[in-house]
Amino acid sequence: MGLDFSIIPKYMDIILLGVAWTIGITVSAALLSFIGGIIFAVIALYAHWIIRQPFRLIEWVFMGTPLLLQLFLIYFGLVQIGIDLPAFIAGIIGLGLHFAVYNSELIQTAILAVDKGQMEAARTLGLSRGQALRKVVIPQAVRDVIPPIGNNMIALLKDSALVSVIGVSELTLSAQRVIGKTYRPFEFYILAAGFYYVINLCMEWVQHKIERRISISR
Amino acid sequence: MDLELMLKVYPFFLEAAWVTVLLSVLTAILGLTCGTLGAAARLSRFAYLRFLGAAYVSVFRGTPALIQLFILYFGGPQIGIQLDAFEAGVIGLGINAGAYMTETIRGAIIAVDRGQREAARTLGLSSWQATYKVILPQAARLMVRPLGVNLNMLIKATALVAAIAVVELTYTAQRYIGSTYKPFEMFLLAGILYMIIIYVTGRGVAWLDRKVQIT
Repeated sequence: MGLDFSIIPKYMDIILLGVAWTIGITVSAALLSFIGGIIFAVIALYAHWIIRQPFRLIEWVFMGTPLLLQLFLIYFGLVQIGIDLPAFIAGIIGLGLHFAVYNSELIQTAILAVDKGQMEAARTLGLSRGQALRKVVIPQAVRDVIPPIGNNMIALLKDSALVSVIGVSELTLSAQRVIGKTYRPFEFYILAAGFYYVINLCMEWVQHKIERRISISR
Repeated sequence: MDLELMLKVYPFFLEAAWVTVLLSVLTAILGLTCGTLGAAARLSRFAYLRFLGAAYVSVFRGTPALIQLFILYFGGPQIGIQLDAFEAGVIGLGINAGAYMTETIRGAIIAVDRGQREAARTLGLSSWQATYKVILPQAARLMVRPLGVNLNMLIKATALVAAIAVVELTYTAQRYIGSTYKPFEMFLLAGILYMIIIYVTGRGVAWLDRKVQIT
């Protein structure tokens, strides 16, 4: 069977819908992983050790096992304990938590890199510890950490393809559905790869812009 | 927690873990080969080789590994490439890992001080000799640790071949979750085995890293 790219336009609407889903899932999971990353970092650095130790274990498990396996656990595990979530929400939670752990590592380093004097000055001015963290230390840490987090977000886009395995109709599964009808895997997977590549280039471009913005503001 | 069930299925997981190990080893070998060639191309004197190297890195790092695997395994037959799932897994993941390793190896080579090459050339070594006797031995020390990070990612990426039905750890876990409805237990079994593999590899890399450092 040779190649025939001329049948692509007929199924373009299904693929484009998949693209929209992929972008939606990536953005939602990115937001979750960013906020989660900050919370995890604060817990890892400042929480009481009774909270911190089990938390470390969870972090370690998330970093030491494949994302695909974690997605299976979250999707089927939630069903087992009686929470029947739609697959795409399970996917967003899985991707979001996985990358929150990686973001947390970056944010922890950044928080520790903020000058100690900042916290001391904030405390001297009468801010509580929580306030000082929230209003002085974390904003500075977040600024430093945005470029490397950008790399994580690009990795997240590519890993969003994995949620096709738990049945979320994003770009990869849309391509699979079309292939089921047309028996043309090469053409449609190449098309999907092309869309991922373009989204990836756009994200790199945005990341570049933000990096320049930050380096000016410093 | 159903311990009895876990004890019953655990031999199957152990067997699958060996498949994961084998996959990882073969993928790492292919990845290192592609990475070395890629880095050589990216640092080449010839502009078209540099372009090829850059395109390889950009395309393979810019698209999901899962899609690359699908193109090779499902799309391959259309262009005359017939592979079984395991072969497709090794080749697909290896070429993908090679793109990441290209950047690691290139980074280590350009991190070696420029003066080293200049000094070697001044002492009468040819460009070739300077590369092989002065630059690469120093670069090799610098790349052990970052290649270890690549290896860690690669081991976790082998889970993707579950999607083309290679019976490795994740596929086995997935199948038993489907048949027993005990996701937590199955995750625990597979997760522990993954973490053992990753821990042992990590220690190996750390040992090698200490071994090659000059103190």
